[in-house]
Amino acid sequence: MKAYVSQLRTELQLTLRNGEQLLLTLGIPVLLLAFFSLVDVLPTETDDPVDFLAPGILALAVMSTAMVSLGIGTGFERSYHVLKRLGTTPLGRPRLIAAKITSVVAVELIQFAVLIPVAYALGWSPASPNWLAAVGAVVTGTLAFAGIGLTLAGRLRGEINLAAQNGLYLVLLLLGGMIIPFGKLPGGLRSAAHVLPSGALADVLRDALAGAGTDPTQSWLILAAWAVVAPALAARLFRWDA
Amino acid sequence: MARSSPRSRGRGGDGSVAGVTAVEVTGLTVRYGDLTAVADVSFSAAAGEVTAVLGPNGAGKTSTIEVCEGYRRAADGTVRVLGMDPATDQRRLSSRMGVMLQEGGVYPSARVLDTVRHYCALYGKGADAAALVDLVGLTSRAKGTWRRLSGGEQQRLSLALALAAVPEVAFLDEPTAGVDVNGRATIREIIRGLADQGCAVVLATHELDEAERLTDRVVIFDGGQVVADGTLAELRRGHDEIRFRSSPDLDLTALARATGVVASQVGADEYVIDAPPLPKLMAQLTGWLADQGHELTDLRAGAQRLEDVFRRLTAERAAEAGAGGDAAS
Repeated sequence: MKAYVSQLRTELQLTLRNGEQLLLTLGIPVLLLAFFSLVDVLPTETDDPVDFLAPGILALAVMSTAMVSLGIGTGFERSYHVLKRLGTTPLGRPRLIAAKITSVVAVELIQFAVLIPVAYALGWSPASPNWLAAVGAVVTGTLAFAGIGLTLAGRLRGEINLAAQNGLYLVLLLLGGMIIPFGKLPGGLRSAAHVLPSGALADVLRDALAGAGTDPTQSWLILAAWAVVAPALAARLFRWDA
Repeated sequence: MARSSPRSRGRGGDGSVAGVTAVEVTGLTVRYGDLTAVADVSFSAAAGEVTAVLGPNGAGKTSTIEVCEGYRRAADGTVRVLGMDPATDQRRLSSRMGVMLQEGGVYPSARVLDTVRHYCALYGKGADAAALVDLVGLTSRAKGTWRRLSGGEQQRLSLALALAAVPEVAFLDEPTAGVDVNGRATIREIIRGLADQGCAVVLATHELDEAERLTDRVVIFDGGQVVADGTLAELRRGHDEIRFRSSPDLDLTALARATGVVASQVGADEYVIDAPPLPKLMAQLTGWLADQGHELTDLRAGAQRLEDVFRRLTAERAAEAGAGGDAAS
């Protein structure tokens, strides 16, 4: 237990002291949420843009922590041989992974504690939010994104991994129905966007929190599939040492 | 070939663990695909002793140590560390084993004291983090991050992490690489202290001077094989020499007539006589140089330095390989 707690403390210290990580996990989501809520330029198709944006930004927050932040951190730990060094201590992989999961969840809680009040302050008024479904969506999305982030981190070199995670983040942000409605994407891209984990997570969150009026079953299935396949792929492909 | 001379174990019957075999490597082979990095290597290391695994880069030292740490699998042979098989019992072994990786293995933005504290907690042996930081001389850098430390400071932090295990066996890979003179002295002192407390210290190094100053026993690797194994005294025995520098192109025939021994020129102005430094011979040599009006700019006599032992052994091995090749053709 002591080893796990110490590992968790180290994970959190390294994440929360890292300016770039904070910019990614808190700065950008808050900025996007506030800016596009106040400046009504996005084709959100809701009366108040924040009603469309809030669930999308929560999905973005999950993606930035579970995929990008975890993936970049772990990738560098691999290339700096931190994982190799920890591998010779009594910590063990199960406790290391448990500490990383807890750290991701802790950062997500901090994100939600900031983003949800900011959304409410910007006028967000979810009709009949189903918070339980939202929590389920966040957990499933976290698994899916962590799997993708760790698959890249477990194979690519530190710097290439950094670029790949950031590039993927931008692509998924634009295609994921987080700030741009799927309906505004051109036909082929729209179909592709729906099967991406980002689109699926934004969909189910929007349904849970805003009652988007569409049947979320398909998005749930897509998200669940990512949550199974991506971690399995990471477990299979991950190399512990660079 | 000077392989495996009989070893003298222990430091007296005081009932301590000193002398007990802690690491036993038998017939170890490590392969990377088609490449055989380590071929049929055997040696052992005892508690309370510093055993140096020596050899040039690429000789198979790190591969061997990584098998001992449980990090790498052996293709063949057996390894026992504290009686355990590191491949199957790594978890149990890890709490009794201190490790210093060649690559450091610390996150660049991690702070010195935080990192040591973290490792103390991982091992759970009650080591005092602040005391360890002090021991390795990093108290003034306690709040600094790994990336801001000099190469030598990073090595000392790495050593502190190995000490956090309060280890019974320690594997230190190139512990003094990139460390300045003062840092080296600190590291040597700590390693010596670790062995004196009964820990079996195995260190891999290509720095022969370090090994010479620090070790009880050396295992010399070359080309993935052990070419010699023994105490420094054992490896040097029978290899006394007189090494001196004087004018270039001395008349070695005249010198041989005067002293009765043959000198060979090994550098522009450096000469070696393969003989023990008997006072009479030394008098004859210096007398002859004086009579001939030559200068004497350097003189060292007695046991070969480890570097010379190493050169001799690897040259013997190369000659043997060459002879084998001729025979086969």
